[in-house]
Amino acid sequence: MAEITLVEAINQALAFEMQADPNVVVLGEDIAKNGGVFRATVGLLDKFGPERVRDTPLAESMIAGLSIGMASQGLKPVAEFQFMGFIYPALDQIINHASRMRHRTRGRLSCGVVFRTPFGAGIHAPEHHSESTEAIFAHIPGLRVVVPSSPARAYGLLLASIRNPDPVIFLEPSRLYRWAKQVVPNDGKALPLDKCFTLQVGMDITLVTWGAMVKETLAAANRLAKDGISCEIIDVATIKPLDIETILASVEKTGRCIIIHEAARTCGVGAEIAAQVAERGLMFLQAPIQRVTGYDTIVPYARLEKIYIPSENQIIETVNKVMEFA
Amino acid sequence: MKIVAHFEIPYYQIVNEEGKITSDVPEFAKDPDHLIRLYRVMILNRLFDLKAIALTRTGKLGTYPSARGQEAVFAGMGDAIEKEDIFVPYYRDVGTLIQRGVKLKEILLYWGGDERGNAFECGGKDFPYSVPIGTQMLHAAGIATAFRIRGEKRAVLVTCGDGGTSQGDFYEAMNVAGVWKLPVVFVICNNQWAISVPRSQQTASQTLAQKAIAAGFSGEQVDGNDVIAVRERIFLALKNAREKNEPTLLEIVSYRHADHTTADDASRYEPKNQRELEWKNEPIARLYTYMTNLGMWSKEKDQALNEECAALVEQSVQDYASIPSVSPEVMFDYLYAVLPEAYKEQRDMLIKRGESAHG
Ligand SMILES: Cc1ncc(C[n+]2csc(CCOP(=O)(O)OP(=O)(O)O)c2C)c(N)n1
Ligand SMILES: [Mg+2]
Repeated sequence: MAEITLVEAINQALAFEMQADPNVVVLGEDIAKNGGVFRATVGLLDKFGPERVRDTPLAESMIAGLSIGMASQGLKPVAEFQFMGFIYPALDQIINHASRMRHRTRGRLSCGVVFRTPFGAGIHAPEHHSESTEAIFAHIPGLRVVVPSSPARAYGLLLASIRNPDPVIFLEPSRLYRWAKQVVPNDGKALPLDKCFTLQVGMDITLVTWGAMVKETLAAANRLAKDGISCEIIDVATIKPLDIETILASVEKTGRCIIIHEAARTCGVGAEIAAQVAERGLMFLQAPIQRVTGYDTIVPYARLEKIYIPSENQIIETVNKVMEFA
Repeated sequence: MKIVAHFEIPYYQIVNEEGKITSDVPEFAKDPDHLIRLYRVMILNRLFDLKAIALTRTGKLGTYPSARGQEAVFAGMGDAIEKEDIFVPYYRDVGTLIQRGVKLKEILLYWGGDERGNAFECGGKDFPYSVPIGTQMLHAAGIATAFRIRGEKRAVLVTCGDGGTSQGDFYEAMNVAGVWKLPVVFVICNNQWAISVPRSQQTASQTLAQKAIAAGFSGEQVDGNDVIAVRERIFLALKNAREKNEPTLLEIVSYRHADHTTADDASRYEPKNQRELEWKNEPIARLYTYMTNLGMWSKEKDQALNEECAALVEQSVQDYASIPSVSPEVMFDYLYAVLPEAYKEQRDMLIKRGESAHG
C-alpha cells in the first residue's frame, strides 16, 4: 500500500466519509475546483458533485454561519478556513452559536460541524498565515479542539471529528502537511477523540506536545536517548477537552514534565496543562514543570520564523535543566 | 404598484482597445508628459512583477502576487491621489505605492519576509498592505471619520479585490460611509478572479459597482485597461470626497494575467485561452498605441524607457540584497510603545540565540 502525507490523509478521510454518509458536505474558499490551496480537498468535486462540494464566496463569518444552519438540519458540514489567520471573522458565529447551540436549546438543536484550518509557522508564508492560536478556541466551552500530528492520526481523528455530534475545531499543522509519509489504510476506522496518544514510552521525563512540535520533540528525544535520557512523549491530540489522566499517569511514572508548543507562551494551552499537573500531581514531581514555547510576540515574517519556532536544541536544553534539578 | 427607486450604473471608457477615443479626453490627458508618466509607472510595475516572480523561484522572495494586466488601476490611482490624502492598499499593489513614495526595495523586503518592508522610509500615514481580505475598508472609513471630525479637506482611497466585496466588512464600511457622508473612495480592482473563484460565483449582482446603491451613494464601472479613464474617474471621485464629503464606489474592470500568486497554479481552474482572449485589452499596449498614433511616442522612446525601468528594477534588487539582516530580538521591537518588563527576559533569550547563531 502506498504511503501518504498528512494532507493526503485528510483528503482520504473526507472522501471516505462523504462516500459513507450522504449528509457530509464540504465547503470553503477555493476548495472545489481548485481542490484547496493545500490540495486537501482535491478530487472531491469530481467524485461528489457541486451540491456537496461547494466553493463559497469569500467570507469567513458566512462560512461558519452557513455551517451552523446546515448542521441544525442534520447535515454534517466540514468547512475549510484557508488559514487560521482568516478564521477570526467567524469567531462570533463559532463562540456565540456553534459552541452553544445544543446548550441553549437544551438539546433540541445541535451543531455537528467540523471547522478545519491549517495553522502554524514554518512554510515561508506571508504575514497572518503562521499563527497558532488554538488557545482561543480551547478557552471556549462547548468546543472540541483537535490537532493531528501524523498522517494516520489525521485520518482517524478527522473521521472521529466528522462523526462527533458537537462542533470540532480541527487544526492541521501546515508544516507537517507534506513532512512524513505513512501507510494509512482507508478502512474508515476512527481514532478516539478526547484521548492523548503516547508516541514513545520513557522513564525519565514526560514531554507533552501536539501538532507540528511533535516533529522537534521526537527528534530531541532521539538525541537525548543517546545520552541515556529516556523521554516519554505524549501527543495531546485533543487539546480540549483535555485527557489529563494520561498525562498525570505519565508524570507519576517519570516525575518530570515539560510542555512544548509553538503558540505564544502566555495563556497558551501549556499553561492549562501545567496548572492541572500542579493541582493533581505535585507530589509526583521531582522538578518544576517547564514550558518550551513560542515567544510572546507576533509570529515574525518568514525570515525569522525559524527562530520563533521552538527548536530541538531548546527542548534538549530544557530537558537537561530539568534532569539536573533532581 | 409604483416604482419607488431607480438607479443606473455608468461605465466609463475614454480610449478603447484599439487606442481610439470613445469619449471626451480629460484635460490632464492632453499633456504628453502626464501620459508618459502614467505609462512609465505601468512599465515599471510590469518589469518589477516579472523580476519578483523570478526571485521567488530562487527563494530570494516568498510568495508574490503579480499585477500583470492590472497595471492601469494602480498607475491611475497613484496619479489621481493627492499627497495629503491617505491611501489604504491591499496586497496586489506596486504601482500606487511607488507613487506614494514607497521604495521598490521595501516592497521586496516585505515579500521577502521582513517587517521593515512596511516601515516606509518616506514616512507618512498611509496604511501597509492589508492581507486579511476586506478588513481595510473599515480602516478607510475610520480615517475618513477622523478627517470629518477635524474638519480637514482630505480624502481616503482604499482598494480591495472582487473577492473582497463578499466580506461583511466591505458592506459595513460602505454603509457607514453613506450614513456619515465620509470622504472616502472605495476602489474594487475587479480582475475576475479571487484565487480560483470567478467573479460570477462571488455575487449574482450584475455589477459590483451597484453595491454602492444600497449604501446610498453612487457606484460606477471603469474600464480598467484604460489608464486615462481610471485616472480621471478616481481623480473626480476624490475631489467629490474632499469637497462634498461624498463617498464613491468605483469598480475597475480588468483581468488577472497571472496566477493568483506565485504559490498558485491557475491552469487548474482558468479556462484555456481565456488569458489570450483578454490580452488584446491589456492596458500597456493600449496606451502605447494611443500615444504612438498621436505622435508623442515611438518604438525608440519605448525601448529607452524599458531600459531605464529595467535598470531601476535591477538596482532595487541590489539594494534589497544589500540590506543587512536583522537580529532575532527585533521580534519584540514595536510590540508596544515601551516593552513591558514581563517580556524583557524573552527578548534577552533571543539576543543570546542571535549571538550563538552568529558565533
Ligand atoms: C479574510 C481572508 N480570507 C482568505 C484569505 C486568503 N486569500 C488571499 S487572496 C484571496 C482571494 C482574493 O481575491 P480578490 O479579493 O478578488 O483579490 P485579488 O487577489 O484577485 O486581487 C484569498 C481567498 C485572506 N487573505 N483573507
Ligand atoms: Mg480578484
